[in-house]
Amino acid sequence: MADKLHFSLVSPAKELFSGEVDHVIAPGTEGEFGVLAHHAPFMTTLKNGVVRVLDGDTTKMRLFVRGGFADVTPAGLTILAEEAVDLGSVDAATVESDLEEARSKLLSEGKDGPHVTALQAQVDYLTDLKAAVVH
Amino acid sequence: MPSLKDLKNRITSVKSTRKITKAMQMVAAAKLKRAQEAADAGRPYAKRMASVVANLASSMGEGAGPKLLSGTGKEDTHLVVVMTAERGLCGGFNSYVVKEARQLIRKLVTEGKTVKILTVGKKGREQLKRDYAEFFVGHVDLSEVRGNDYTEAGIGLGLDITKRFDDGEFDVATLVYSQFKNVLTQLPVAQQLIPAKAPEDAEIVDLKGAIYEYEPSQEEILETLLPRYINTQIISAMLESGAGEQAARMSAMDNATRNAGEMIDDLSLQYNRARQAQITKELIEIISGAEAL
Repeated sequence: MADKLHFSLVSPAKELFSGEVDHVIAPGTEGEFGVLAHHAPFMTTLKNGVVRVLDGDTTKMRLFVRGGFADVTPAGLTILAEEAVDLGSVDAATVESDLEEARSKLLSEGKDGPHVTALQAQVDYLTDLKAAVVH
Repeated sequence: MPSLKDLKNRITSVKSTRKITKAMQMVAAAKLKRAQEAADAGRPYAKRMASVVANLASSMGEGAGPKLLSGTGKEDTHLVVVMTAERGLCGGFNSYVVKEARQLIRKLVTEGKTVKILTVGKKGREQLKRDYAEFFVGHVDLSEVRGNDYTEAGIGLGLDITKRFDDGEFDVATLVYSQFKNVLTQLPVAQQLIPAKAPEDAEIVDLKGAIYEYEPSQEEILETLLPRYINTQIISAMLESGAGEQAARMSAMDNATRNAGEMIDDLSLQYNRARQAQITKELIEIISGAEAL
């Protein structure tokens, strides 16, 4: 497997990864999919989940993304995440406390507050992130 | 000829002005660094987003796709979004953007189009309100934004604009903002937001005859992607504009500090001459008084 795949993962805040890798597994809305070099052009939306970057058979990096898009072209794979974190750099306790904070905000907002959808999305994201951190 | 006391007062006042402009310059320099970092960090996302949209749009063909991409088929009503700073004292920064907006508005009006204006940032509103108050449809306040995090403000504005578009309030939206070239140059530009247009310099990847696959369908992807693309454009414009504002303020305050320094030198010279003249005059008076005895 001499050929490498050019992979980059960007979120609005920063570019989290850019480089040559062997294999990337990403959570598409219609199922998880893997991308190797010379993949056919393909585009999909993503759901919350873990993007795994593999070199050979070993997982090099795990990144958690909150929705977004993946675009596979002959030039490589680009993931545009709404929000993304490197799972190697997050700490379960911080996520836990963020989650608690978001939950209590959601509760205090009540049912018809203006930010309910945004807060609910935040809670869902953090819940999924927590699950990802634990495993 | 101002008296010695007047001169002394002027010097003190110019000195304190210089202190203020110097402080403002240093604050702007510190803020510029952060704003520039934020703008740099946001650039890869905006660039990739643009090339993804360019790819999709090029494979869509002319006139196909959702309204946000193909337009309403008319060009009668234009929404002009003018993005300026919340605060002044940054040289020509705001005026240049307003000038660009004015040119665009004037052109649209002479072409017989209906113009609607939405302003972002207080300064642009103040300047445009004088001439075009009747065109105003909204204003976004950025003074609450802290630490270069424009995500919320940008998404809010993006939603507002797409909602207005869905309600049929306008056919074409153009964003006028200041592009951050470098610390010395900020370029006011007018960028079309709706119908969404990929920038000309976006890289379109040659698919070598292969066919794109979409999951779910192409339409569904476009429908989620386009509003995001518009939000991204707005957010990156805010970031650029924020960095530009600080850069413009920094150089404006640098100039002001230098001018104040020159003024102090001139005034001190004048003060010393006047003082010398007075001493000479007093000496002459004393000597001629002594001689008379």
